[in-house]
This record gives sequence, C-alpha cells and structure tokens, in this order.
Amino acid sequence: MNPVESSEHSTPIVAEARGLSFRYQKSLVLEDVSFRIHEGESLCVIGPNGGGKSTLLKLMLGLLEPSQGSLTILGKSPAKARCDIGYVPQALRFDPLYPVSALDIVLMGRLDRLGVGRYSKACREVALKALEEVALADSSSRPFSDLSGGQRQRVLIARALACEPKLLLLDEPTANIDLSVEAQLLETLTRLREKMTILLVTHDLDLVSAVGNSVLCVNHRIHRHSLPLSGEVVKEIYSGVHRVEHDLRTRHSQGDHSACQHD
Amino acid sequence: MTEFFDAVQTIPLIRYSLLAGIISAFTFGAVGSLVVTRRIGYIAAAIAHSMLGGIGAAFYFGRTYDLDWLTPMLGGFLAALLSAFIIGWVSLRASEREDTIISAIWAFGMAAGILFIHYTPGQKPNLESYIFGNILVTSGSDVTATFALGILVLILIALFYHKLVAVCFDEEFARLRGINSNAYFLLLLAITAVSMVLMVRVAGIILSLALLILPAATASRFSRQLWVIMLVAIGLTLIYNTGGLAMSFQLNVPTGPFVVICAAVVYGLSFLVKRKRA
Repeated sequence: MNPVESSEHSTPIVAEARGLSFRYQKSLVLEDVSFRIHEGESLCVIGPNGGGKSTLLKLMLGLLEPSQGSLTILGKSPAKARCDIGYVPQALRFDPLYPVSALDIVLMGRLDRLGVGRYSKACREVALKALEEVALADSSSRPFSDLSGGQRQRVLIARALACEPKLLLLDEPTANIDLSVEAQLLETLTRLREKMTILLVTHDLDLVSAVGNSVLCVNHRIHRHSLPLSGEVVKEIYSGVHRVEHDLRTRHSQGDHSACQHD
Repeated sequence: MTEFFDAVQTIPLIRYSLLAGIISAFTFGAVGSLVVTRRIGYIAAAIAHSMLGGIGAAFYFGRTYDLDWLTPMLGGFLAALLSAFIIGWVSLRASEREDTIISAIWAFGMAAGILFIHYTPGQKPNLESYIFGNILVTSGSDVTATFALGILVLILIALFYHKLVAVCFDEEFARLRGINSNAYFLLLLAITAVSMVLMVRVAGIILSLALLILPAATASRFSRQLWVIMLVAIGLTLIYNTGGLAMSFQLNVPTGPFVVICAAVVYGLSFLVKRKRA
C-alpha cells in the first residue's frame, strides 16, 4: 500500500507510518494506516471522537506501542525521538490549583537538561524566550491558576517550544477556549508554522483553514486531503452534519468517513 | 511562660521534645506542601496509620527473639516504607481502585499492630503513646534520629525539587522529557513515609499527620507559589510545635491533641479569609 502523501514534497521526512495498526483490547482503533509527514508541513488531524486521533498522538509520542506495522519519527522509534518532539496537551486536564508559575511550567520543557538542583541560566533563557514567542513574557511569574484558558494553553505551547522541538504535536488547543482568546492562539500558531513541522489534532475547522496546509482525517483508517478543503469534503468528513462552509466553527463529535476514500 | 523556660533548661525530656519539634518543622513544612498540593493527603494518612503494624511487629519479634536492634521506630519506619511502595505500586498500575487499597492498608496496619502487641511477651507496651504521642518517652537518641532523617529528607527535596514538582504537575510530560515519573512519585511517597516516622515517638501518629497536612493546607490558601507555601508551612509548624508545647505545659493539657486542635482551628479560620488569587 502506498503511503498517503501529497506528491510535491521534497523536504526530509519527519514522521512515517507504514501499515500501522493499534488494537485496544478487542477493538481495532487504527487499521493499516500509512502516511508521511515532511519537514515544514502543518498537518491538521481531524475526525470523529473515538476515531483514533488521540491514539495516533500517543503512538507518535511512544506512549503506546503499535500492534502491527511501523512508525518512525525522524528515522527513530517514537520513544527515542521524544526529545525532538514538543507536545502540547489540553490545558483542561491540569489541576488548576497546583502552585506553579508560568515560567515554572515552561522550564519543564528543559527537564531533560536538568541534573540535580536548579535549572541552569541557559535553560531559563530558553524558557523566557519561549514565553516571549507566545507573547506571555510579562506573565512569567504569574501563577498558572491566574491565567485565562487561552493563556494557559499558550504557556503549554511555550513549554513545548522550550524543548526546541523539530516536531510540534498539539492536542485540541482550542478546546474550551473563548472565541476572543482563540484569535491570539491562531496568531501564535500561524507564526510557528513558518518555523517547524506541526501536527495539530482539532475539531475546529477555523484552525484547520488558518494553520494547516493539509488534513489527515482519522477514522480507524487515515485519509489525506490537501487544503483548502472543498465544502464537499468537509461535508463528507463530518457527514450527517449539514455544514458546507469550512470556515464556520464546527465542533462535532460524530462522523463517518466512508465517503473519504476517494482522495 | 517562665515556668516553661525553666522546664526547658532543667528537664531533658522537654528539651528533647522541643528540639525534635523544631527540627521536624522544616521537614513537615516542605513535605506537607508537596503532599497537599499533589492531593495525596489520604495516602499520607494510610502510611501514618500502617506504622502501628510495624511498631507492634518490632515489639513482638524484638522481645520474642531478643533482637535488641529491632526498635519500634525501625519497625514503624519499615512498615511506612512498605505501605508507601504498595500504595504507589497500586496507584501506578491502577489495576485496583486506589482508595480501596489505601483503606485496606490503613485498617490492616492498625489491626496487625494491636494483634502483635497482644502476643508480645512480658510487659505490654502502651500503644496509645504511639497514636497520640508522649513526650515523656523521648530520648536523646530519638532527637538524633529525627535530626538525621529530617536532614536526609530536606536534602532529597532540595536536589530533586524541580523534578518532583514536574512529576506532580504533569507526570506524562515529565516522562516524555526522559524523567522516570514513576520513580519520582515513589520517591515522594517514600519521603512522606520517612517524615511520618520523624515525630511519631514524640507526637504520635495523629499529631504527625495533622502537622504534615494542616499547616501546608493553611499555607496553600494564601499563596500560589510552592516554595512560598513551603516557607509559610514551616513557619506555622514551628509556631505549633514550640508554642503548642509551651502552652500545653502551662495549661497542663496533653500536648499532641492540643496542637492538633490548634492547627485545625487555624486551618478552619483560614476559610474566613478570601483565597488569594495573585
């Protein structure tokens, strides 16, 4: 089976899956999935809940092992490539009362450089620069609990940037964020896409059209679409939902990918 | 108050208790802050109560087989560490409900302690002094042990502070950065276990637990920085340990329960003050 990819890429491969399957207990979450991600791409991963988006992310981070097939990141196994991956989880899953400052969190991106005791001056500089990158340099000493949802998400992006990653993985960064705040986040991501390879899991089609240059739709199998998505394709991806304009905000959980196979 | 200062100078037992209280305040403030903010106070409670099993076992085996080195403190120490690792292991594997295991260890430890004492030959030791504390049984060697273990815990926290915080905040991300998150979680439980042992001779299980949790819980209502919470908790514990000892001496009431009530009342009063947001 040919890996799903668009033909025009000449840059090196950042991630490659071949015949990748993942089984959780008896159910097959991902089935015979193949794709390539090239350097400099911004790829959005969309699909219904339970379709395997999070599983794909966990496989890429080496937190899960493939049941079949292979997945390499930067030519290495995902567990070995971890240090080159910046991972941005959803801000919602953290204890909002945990007493850490924005800078404390961003410094966690340098944990692999930390021996015993304190972070080095160089680490602190990288962390401060990462906070500047997401326009939160002024808030470095503010407690996590004081930040808005969008600011928390940007702190987590800064933490991933402090890893100095070659690949940035984001898990639904706009989930539970107000529209007004989302604009800032979009701006941050648009800036970052110029600098590194991005893989973004999202339900938010605004984000897809603003950040992505191609789309992986994951529903047990993977299909790739190039952007801009035609209204037809969006309708098919989220079929059953009568929404054609892809720049309208959609956060739907149900979908059926039977119609995706033409691409 | 002069009576108390006279007593400190003339009665070694009072002096030992005061010293143990001052030394352990630093350990309790630091460890308690980590425990409270990571929301594992109930694990600390189970570890504390399971010590009774180890203390009872040490009496039983020590007396039956004439093992002089097997002191009640050593028994309590080993039991605390063992429970910490069992709870940690279950918590990380999650094959059983964590709270169930915690309750089981809690109950088993206390029951085992009482059974061991029942079968211990010779004069029965007074278990109550280990539950509620008894400053009259403190010795110079207890203070030395408290000092050594307290310093050990503080050094471990100083060395691994950022890694412990990272694992407490987001163990998955720490793992992705090459940190052995499970090992650090177990380290946190182990230093919690060691801290519980520090004061058990002087203060007993209930007071030790109260001193670990209540000052840090009070402090965490007024700050959003872990190191500030630690410093405030250390300060509060110092006040409770010294002031509590002095006042209970003056009023002639049992020290342990008196200090617990004071710490709990202050924690309760802290709810009257609005939680600090910045």
